[in-house]
Amino acid sequence: MKRIEVVSQKMPKKHNYRQRIKHLLLGSNVKTGIITHLFIYSLLVGIGFVYLYPMIHMGSYSFMTLEDLLNPLITWLPSQLYLENYETAYRVLNFSSTLGVTLYVTVLPALAQTLVASLIGYGFARFDLPFKRTLFGLVLATFVIPPQVLMIPRYVFFNDLGIIGNIQSFLLPAAFGQGLNSAIFILIFYQFFRMLPKSLEEAAYLDGAGYYKIFIRIAVPMAIPAFIISFLFSFVWYWNETTMAATFFGNTLTTLPLELQRFNVSYEQMNAQNLGGSNVNINEGISMAGTMLSILPLLVVYFITQRWFVEGVDRSGITGE
Amino acid sequence: MKVSLKTGKQLIGTSFILPWLLGFAVFTAFPLGYSIFLSFQQVRITPKGIVTDYVGFDNFSYAFTVDTLFTQELLTYLEELFISVPIILVFSLIIGLLLNQNIKFRGLFRTIFFLPVIITSGPVIEELMAQGVTAIPSIEEYAIFNVILNNSESYFNSTIIYLMDNLIFILWFSGVQILIFLAALQKIDRQIYEAAKIDGASSWECFWKVTLPSLSPIIIINVIYTVVTYSIFALNPVVNHIQSNMFQINTGFGYASALSWIYFGVIALVLLIVVGLLTLRTNKKYS
Repeated sequence: MKRIEVVSQKMPKKHNYRQRIKHLLLGSNVKTGIITHLFIYSLLVGIGFVYLYPMIHMGSYSFMTLEDLLNPLITWLPSQLYLENYETAYRVLNFSSTLGVTLYVTVLPALAQTLVASLIGYGFARFDLPFKRTLFGLVLATFVIPPQVLMIPRYVFFNDLGIIGNIQSFLLPAAFGQGLNSAIFILIFYQFFRMLPKSLEEAAYLDGAGYYKIFIRIAVPMAIPAFIISFLFSFVWYWNETTMAATFFGNTLTTLPLELQRFNVSYEQMNAQNLGGSNVNINEGISMAGTMLSILPLLVVYFITQRWFVEGVDRSGITGE
Repeated sequence: MKVSLKTGKQLIGTSFILPWLLGFAVFTAFPLGYSIFLSFQQVRITPKGIVTDYVGFDNFSYAFTVDTLFTQELLTYLEELFISVPIILVFSLIIGLLLNQNIKFRGLFRTIFFLPVIITSGPVIEELMAQGVTAIPSIEEYAIFNVILNNSESYFNSTIIYLMDNLIFILWFSGVQILIFLAALQKIDRQIYEAAKIDGASSWECFWKVTLPSLSPIIIINVIYTVVTYSIFALNPVVNHIQSNMFQINTGFGYASALSWIYFGVIALVLLIVVGLLTLRTNKKYS
């Protein structure tokens, strides 16, 4: 700071004003200027709008009556609060029971995956294993293998085991660290456990605790953030998975995204059975309401836990080394 | 016999990663091998189970000679990949840099930019595409856009159209990458910037000389992540093609396996080339 003052004293006064205005608007080495600030905010707001645009569209259309949809004057705000789209979509999706099944087939594998990933991550982080580098390389390599390559042989294998159309076809790979994006979760736990100081565990070892006990009593409680992050991400990824779900669950289990995929067909079927009722063809309002309903549980989870999602990557130290 | 301390510890360590070892053998290595085996077979599903006949490289040659749809989809996929990945990376880096400034409502903006990661599944995107909201709203009405379109060559032309129609969709892929960049940006030592500024470097120079070099390992991670997630996304036409061939009578599991291996090969090749080039560049510059 002192150096800057010295420089400005030497300059003529007029120049000094100009310099100060320029600094105020464009910023100097020390402080960001107003124009730069404006530029940053307008960029963020603009891009933010582009990001939210599909969501806003979805939200507003889902409340529109058929008249509103056809009326060219109404683009954003529906003329009234119209909930029938949601009622129809609720019935088409068979919402409450589908939601139950979806939670069942996403929460359990996500839990299994998180717990097993913590074990594996701890093993790699704390122990000197034979061929450790090779094995860890293999763990990371599994991320690059497209699920399509594994899907057919796994389908044949699960079919032999008789677990097609059963949650086991999701749960078993997850419980052995081969689930959806397992490599990422193992990596998260690996990095997390390596960042923790060893001293506590060493002290416990000297006091006579076994390695398993140390893991459960000391390492796990310290790694709670990693557990939350891994569970949330794995929950969301399992929820949004449709390729594997469609293949492995057959017709016995269904999830909200899968129901959304056959939304139009289900709607037609329901209309055909519902003779004499109001035979409205499917419109944007109804399908947007269906889409909204199918992502609503995720939105709720996200807004409650968003701190963990957005700060998670920092905390997990995935960028370290 | 008494087990030495070191071997004992190794045994316990192995027991921690034992689930992975077992799972890797049963759910990954064995299926991979079986998939290679299947790709050389004609597979028929009979009431007694699966019957396979060895057909050599027929499945692979069929993919490249008869199944023109597949090669075409593969080419389109590659083309779109080479357009989308750089855009996703540059875009997420820009957002990361913006969010790394000292701004208000940082949490809110982060929440917005990460939202797509939460809600993006194949069916949701499909519904939104059907509504035409993944395109930039009414961009085709702008005169400038039309002038560019009318005066340009067809390849450039189709690229621009693809971009405009899918821009939001492409940008929605960048949630995780933004967070990874942001986390890395926050780890760069402030003192380096201060030192550079005292030496008279502008913000622009700071970005090229300090920020970008420190980010280079993260860029490689993000490239791998982007290529992989983009390639295995449920709406990818190649993925759909493989899946639809699985249960067709004349092609079946054998042919679908061959297709998936070709696809895997292409993805691996892309990753090798891109990562190889990036590491070469960084090593040459800073060794």
